Amino acid sequence: MGKSHRVLASHALDTLLAALRDDGYRCVGPQLRDGAIVFDTLHHAADLPWGWQDEQAPGHYRLQHADPSRAFAWANGPQAIKPLTFAPRETLWESRIEADGRMQFTATLPAEEKVAVIGARACDLAALRLQDQHFLEGAHADPYYAARRRNLFIVAVHCTAPAATCFCASTGDGPLCTAGFDLALHETDEGYLVDAGSEAGTAMIASLSLPAATATRVEQAETAVAAAGERQTRGLPSRNLRDLLFANLDHPQWDDVAARCLSCGNCTAVCPTCFCHAEHDVPLLDANLGRHEREWDSCFTEGHSYLAGIVIRSDTRLRYRQWLTHKLGGWHDQYGRSGCTGCGRCITWCPVGIDLTEEVARIHATGGGHD
Amino acid sequence: MGFDYSGFAGRRPRVAVHKFSSCDGCQLAFLNAGEALLAVSELVEFVHFAEAGPVDPDAPADIAFIEGSVSTPEERERLDHIRAHTGYLISIGACATSGGLQALRNLYADGVDTWRQAVYASPEYVASLDTATPVAEHVKVDLEIWGCPVNTAQVVGVLHDLLHGVQPTQSRDKVCLECKRQNAVCVMVAKGMPCMGPVTQTGCGAICPRYGRDCYACYGPAETVNTDAQGNRLIELGLQPADVTRRFHFINSHAPAFRAAGNKHRSE
Amino acid sequence: MTEAPMTMPNPSLPAEAEIVERIQESGSIYTLRLRMTDQARHAAYTFAPGQFNMVYLQGIGEVPISIVSDPEDDTVLDHTIRAVGRVTRGLEQLGAGQRVGIRGPFGRGWPLDQACGRDVVLITGGLGCAPLVSVINYVVKRRERFGRLVILQGVKHTDDLIWHERYMAWAKLPDTQVLLAADIAGQGWPHHVGLVTELIDRARFDRDNAIAMMCGPERMMQACAEALLARNMATENLWLSMERNMHCGVGHCGHCQLGPHFVCRDGPVFNYTELAPLLGVRGF
Repeated sequence: MGKSHRVLASHALDTLLAALRDDGYRCVGPQLRDGAIVFDTLHHAADLPWGWQDEQAPGHYRLQHADPSRAFAWANGPQAIKPLTFAPRETLWESRIEADGRMQFTATLPAEEKVAVIGARACDLAALRLQDQHFLEGAHADPYYAARRRNLFIVAVHCTAPAATCFCASTGDGPLCTAGFDLALHETDEGYLVDAGSEAGTAMIASLSLPAATATRVEQAETAVAAAGERQTRGLPSRNLRDLLFANLDHPQWDDVAARCLSCGNCTAVCPTCFCHAEHDVPLLDANLGRHEREWDSCFTEGHSYLAGIVIRSDTRLRYRQWLTHKLGGWHDQYGRSGCTGCGRCITWCPVGIDLTEEVARIHATGGGHD
Repeated sequence: MGFDYSGFAGRRPRVAVHKFSSCDGCQLAFLNAGEALLAVSELVEFVHFAEAGPVDPDAPADIAFIEGSVSTPEERERLDHIRAHTGYLISIGACATSGGLQALRNLYADGVDTWRQAVYASPEYVASLDTATPVAEHVKVDLEIWGCPVNTAQVVGVLHDLLHGVQPTQSRDKVCLECKRQNAVCVMVAKGMPCMGPVTQTGCGAICPRYGRDCYACYGPAETVNTDAQGNRLIELGLQPADVTRRFHFINSHAPAFRAAGNKHRSE
Repeated sequence: MTEAPMTMPNPSLPAEAEIVERIQESGSIYTLRLRMTDQARHAAYTFAPGQFNMVYLQGIGEVPISIVSDPEDDTVLDHTIRAVGRVTRGLEQLGAGQRVGIRGPFGRGWPLDQACGRDVVLITGGLGCAPLVSVINYVVKRRERFGRLVILQGVKHTDDLIWHERYMAWAKLPDTQVLLAADIAGQGWPHHVGLVTELIDRARFDRDNAIAMMCGPERMMQACAEALLARNMATENLWLSMERNMHCGVGHCGHCQLGPHFVCRDGPVFNYTELAPLLGVRGF
């Protein structure tokens, strides 16, 4: 593992997909759909978004033509790994009342399906690491997440095309993928440079019998990735904003953002680290049957903070403040770092273009951030 | 403490489905249930449901579903009568919950006269009130199910809860969350379409954005809506103020949040 | 790929429990006495006072309920419930012999180890007394391990007080003081009229060797904590039980977050020092 890059010709991407399929994986990768780059089952390398890049700005996402020899000349789409491991909606268990009155519970764990995700970015890997911490590493591991996670093979692609909304360099999570992948690819003018990050990845490379890459080519590729980081213009003033935010719970900026915020929850739904979910029973007309589901929830709903007839966060100001103080504050206590990996999705996919880096900057500028 | 829901548990409650000024589409939520309708009809006794068979509008009912707005003098009286003979009253659909499309006439001082003259060959035979209004403006409503039309899952969910003896719940979240759960691409951000999802109540399954269309707010206002921010964004996306008004006033113009939002751009 | 065992415990999956007995405590408060039908599972089940179970009503949903029976009682698990929401009003309709689901115990309970050898001051307000009644029972049953027992209970209206006879019985125990207060007193109320905080000055305990545990509305707990601090009790000896929206019970679903804490996992019992920065701040 490490600096032992191999060369995979551009036309040989299908060889990699075939090898993954031979190992029993369903390949999931980026492709164009409905005006965006989305992750879905990938049958052929030709289905990758060759020659497309994304133009992103607050509340704005458009695809544009780019170098046709590149399949990864874009930053990211609305989702990547999160829906593959933390399902947007799933049944947790079913209950049945038998004729004798006994109640039976049956867990409905997801089928063991090996999935290889191609095209994950450094920000996505950092987010997955945080989701692993949340769902797997506490006193109670989540078996539903675990069943998907242990079957995941990750082919990351180092990012050379950050969008205007990206700030992974600022959060320290990218654009170079440094951990959390099985394979990582550099996309270059002369094909791909492949490196392994796990035993499974090493075995995969070995099975493909690829020639070694020269140190010069690896250096050039890494320089291109570093340059991508330097092109990023957005950022957060610090990697730990916990004390700043909790010291500014009455800052007027919360009112300012509440006047613009739709409280729609899009930011939390596209965030690769947001983990909130609601559980409820599905109404079934057969009173002897029960079906218990969970689905993505958001701290921007009234139900999120509902408690015995009252809503603790009844207005948008309190909900946005909860989101930001948790994402950039509470996460440090919970998981030892910020919950933001700089992917910028919350900025792009906010229908009204609220930019958390800007909100933070204003609080930082006037709320004692320079002390 | 409010309504005692335990009364329905373990019984076969009498259910009436009443029609007021409407297109009948919401009653299809029952008829479209397919096999579930058979299950429902074993769990409840339909005492009045003209579209499905039994006709006895005066029958006392434990649960009454009201479809349609109140837009004629006769409906005004009939509603009082139904309320007096009903245990738990549920208004279903945009017409019953917000007046529906026909409530557009409420926005114009001379709307009803002008349009009656324009639409009908013999307007003198048409007896209508000056306004079309939601059921809750006239009688106590125990539960509202929003939507144009409402769907089977909503209606079955409510019946399920009542039969279990518990208070029914209705999510008032925005369409956006369901849109994201369905892995749909946001048409507002990716295509600049004037989608109403961020202010509209969920329940439809985000069906329009899933098919690449912008939500037109047929389920009415969600909880904690910011119609100012939504209206401003629609202008930024290129809509004229009159178009913004139409977006808010289209289906649920009498819902206070949408009425005010539409009027704001109408007066500009 | 990460390696994980193919079979792992499922904290989301309830176990069947039978309602052994249903006790109506007051107009809207009832106790479900539950026993898991899987005997081995029931026998293996252990909990600490202050912990809770998620109780499932068939077809409707789950609700977190504090376990109020004695942790060494291996026959039943008592859940005292106020019929206030959708699930609790539904559970109210069940009777002996019927089945529910339970999973737990979850969360962190009361610091009873730390209370050993010390005066125990228990303050409850409103209808939130159930989580602390388990502590009262625990202390009464093991009286020799503790110092003085001081019970302060406040209610809005005298009609809201449940278990009045029990309070009167506890009051007769040695080294035990019971003080009751009601904001609005009905006829013949012999106790204090006013707030529970006003009882603190009448409580007799050794502030240097006492531990206080509180349960009830947050403003009440905050006021009581301030009154105790004014009597020079140390912050680390003040403990509070918190309530928040809970769906999963294991710190995953995110609803119960109070600042950096997951109330279901890190609480529901917290030390005052952990909560002080956000206690009473609207929105947390």
